[in-house]
Amino acid sequence: MNPKKQQRLILFGGIFLAAAGAVALTLYALRGSITYFYTPSELALLDETPTSPIRLGGLVAYESVEYDRAETGDVVSFTVEDGGAAVVRVNFAGLLPDLFREGQGVVVQGRMTGDGVMTADNVLAKHDENYMPKEVAEALKEQGVWKEDETGS
Amino acid sequence: MAATSLYELANPVRFERIAARAFPVSLIAAALLGAFGLYFALFNSPADYQQGETVRIMYVHVPAAWMAMFCYSAMAISSIAGFVWKHPLADVAAKETAPIGAAFTFLALFTGSLWGKPMWGAWWAWDARLTSVLILFFLYLGYMALWRAIPDKTRAAKLAAILAIVGFVNVPIIKFSVDWWNSLHQPASVLRAGGPSIHADMLTPLFFTIGAYVFGYVALLLASMRNELMARRLARMESASAPSPASLVER
Repeated sequence: MNPKKQQRLILFGGIFLAAAGAVALTLYALRGSITYFYTPSELALLDETPTSPIRLGGLVAYESVEYDRAETGDVVSFTVEDGGAAVVRVNFAGLLPDLFREGQGVVVQGRMTGDGVMTADNVLAKHDENYMPKEVAEALKEQGVWKEDETGS
Repeated sequence: MAATSLYELANPVRFERIAARAFPVSLIAAALLGAFGLYFALFNSPADYQQGETVRIMYVHVPAAWMAMFCYSAMAISSIAGFVWKHPLADVAAKETAPIGAAFTFLALFTGSLWGKPMWGAWWAWDARLTSVLILFFLYLGYMALWRAIPDKTRAAKLAAILAIVGFVNVPIIKFSVDWWNSLHQPASVLRAGGPSIHADMLTPLFFTIGAYVFGYVALLLASMRNELMARRLARMESASAPSPASLVER
């Protein structure tokens, strides 16, 4: 390779490395803000309960969904867990997505109204990376090799 | 061997001869794979155990998202070849890949939005995956704008190449965004440790549509590269026959 080409290659590589370094540092500094949601365990690690709106992600605990049909409107409440000790009880008056069910991943937008209690403005369903026909899912459940959704990630 | 054939491709005359033959072949391959893929995707593949029929959006969305990143990578590699080794065809390849990649990115964002509403309950979310793909779309647009903003093609190629390589930092961020940060978008299903987590009956039609997208990209790229080369030849001929600026001044 002649020196001129070599020089251009070094220049080009240098530009790329400088850009990559700058972006890596930026992302590292912003790592707390880039996350789309906190899990209940991450929330429990914070020094104080956040007062601004947050997003909470996790699994809807089994047998935790309760409907309260009041005159002021239907309110649903459920527990969000992530496999750790910490759980958050969510109260929500609004439309739930179709995929919402017990054991399903959800992302809840709202405010903390107490220790481990949250009032949601919006509930989003998260789905996992597994795709299979219904018959296969049922067969797996029958054989007892069904793996429940992993938490959070 | 590979180096020789690449070197031959860098010769515009040889490129023209090869492209003239490769264009119809890739167009037919794209049409056949697309027809098979869509038939399997829409009529001959199972509904998902959770998502039901909505899962069929995957066969359009996933290849578009992959091609969005593939085209940007191709653009970055061509830019290196153009910047360092001054291959004129590499600059043309990079320039002509941008609008195709931008179209794939738009398709990925659009179909993703249509998929997100019924499944997540939101058209859009500012999570790491979605946001980084939106940035990719803007990078494509910026790259195209830069080419148009600078009349001198040699200078435009140089600056556009720098933008392409700086923006390339975004590609691994898109790929790993779902692993590095909590995101609404689910992690990878096909290219993951432990093999694909998509059932074989759904993976087969997906590979058909991915093939269709790849050959579609090749066909579009060859067509637009030939177009650009002809336009440049025409511009050279016109400037050769027109009176030079110096003679206009002396008038």
